[in-house]
Amino acid sequence: MAIDIYKINPEFRDIMPQEIIDLEENATWAEKMDKPRGIKELPETKELLEEHSLCAGCPEAAALRYVLSALPTPEDTIIVNSTGCTSLMFPHIALHTVHSLFGNQNAVASGIKRSLTWRFPDRIKDVVVLAGDGATVDIGLDYTLQSFFRQEKITTICFDNEVYANTGGQESGMTPKGQVFKMAPTGKKFEKVKMWELATTSGCHYSINMTASAPKAVAKAVREAILIAREIGPTYLNIYTPCILEIGLSANEGLGEMKDQDKDRFASYKYISPEAEAHLKKCKEEGLL
Amino acid sequence: MANQGPAYYSPYPTAVYEGVITPPEGKALLLEDVVDEEIAMREIAKVMLTSENATIFPGPQVLYAYNEEAKKKAKLIKEMAEVLNCKMIPMYDYRPKYPKIDAEVEINPNHPNLTIWHNNIKAAIFIGVHCHYANVALKIVRAETDCYTVAICGLSGHEDAMATLRDQHSSELEKFIKIAREVKSELKL
Repeated sequence: MAIDIYKINPEFRDIMPQEIIDLEENATWAEKMDKPRGIKELPETKELLEEHSLCAGCPEAAALRYVLSALPTPEDTIIVNSTGCTSLMFPHIALHTVHSLFGNQNAVASGIKRSLTWRFPDRIKDVVVLAGDGATVDIGLDYTLQSFFRQEKITTICFDNEVYANTGGQESGMTPKGQVFKMAPTGKKFEKVKMWELATTSGCHYSINMTASAPKAVAKAVREAILIAREIGPTYLNIYTPCILEIGLSANEGLGEMKDQDKDRFASYKYISPEAEAHLKKCKEEGLL
Repeated sequence: MANQGPAYYSPYPTAVYEGVITPPEGKALLLEDVVDEEIAMREIAKVMLTSENATIFPGPQVLYAYNEEAKKKAKLIKEMAEVLNCKMIPMYDYRPKYPKIDAEVEINPNHPNLTIWHNNIKAAIFIGVHCHYANVALKIVRAETDCYTVAICGLSGHEDAMATLRDQHSSELEKFIKIAREVKSELKL
């Protein structure tokens, strides 16, 4: 049934808008692809994100496009998200999404994954958590870490913009030390939480810290993380998507900011457990990567 | 401006605040009266055949071929539109449209009144719309327009529609089409 919910009944084809016909015919559904999906198809195919209501030039919107293009089987993927700028985009994507209470996303995702495994034993269902740094590392830290401890087979992606952006600019645990925001005028008093290291020590089999400056690298990390989560255990991606509004940049300066941070706070960190590494090798041999 | 709702949250009273509730099994709802299903079907057919710009709004549960029942219903709804001489505008998903919908060719549950105003629709059938979004859309249409709304629902119906048929599956749709044909010939249309 998964892919069938995107197939239009022939009786209604003449009244359906072109964007929906395109979604059926020209989106990169895994079932129709003879090779792994990826960002290389983005210019020529129908994207799963129709429109978005984020600020012009927001790096988060670009990062979401890379993530969506890299999902191994979007028709069998459920995305769990939380309140924040990301939740402004999720109503616009053509996938199953669940909006949980703020911070609860990993607990909700755990339940969904377990019930889907029980309900569809013969089918692989990927559950991906996608939330901001406030939901993942601040208010939701307990739920995030507990899901790692329990070895839930889910992928957690944190869009780290280092601030509570859409509530006016309050500092979060991921804000770098000394940073001043409109609602944090005295500056952050302690260091940025190294969540990617916490994820590693908490049992994640794949943990990455990166920016969204290189689309291919983001897509590769997303794909690897999901494939590992299917078989081995929890995976975590920390991706810098700066809030250009809160740090005073123009719409065309987001990419430059991410490139600058590639060598600073978001210098590449990658951990893969030995069993995850062996699994990735197997996936490569099977053509899944 | 309409009356204040009893809870003063909404500027409009929803049907349930006025004591209208969904019909019991085997019955239908016409405005605030519980009636036999056949009586409601005749009235719905009459309204659809005689109202200006009557339209069917098919929802995702019938637009997409995800099971055999949906495929069967799609054929019947197409036939229904031909019998009732009405056009169809799809409610193909529930995503909010940014910056706004094209009211000429689509309807969205978050602002269904725009499509009804734009096309001057005086009678409409909602079918195949998931209940939680049908509830939202029908409340807005009831509050903001003079459109006669009909809910053809697979579950327990919708009190905010002017007419509600509940437990409607393909066999019931066949019955409705048969009655609509009779009404059409009675009206000599």
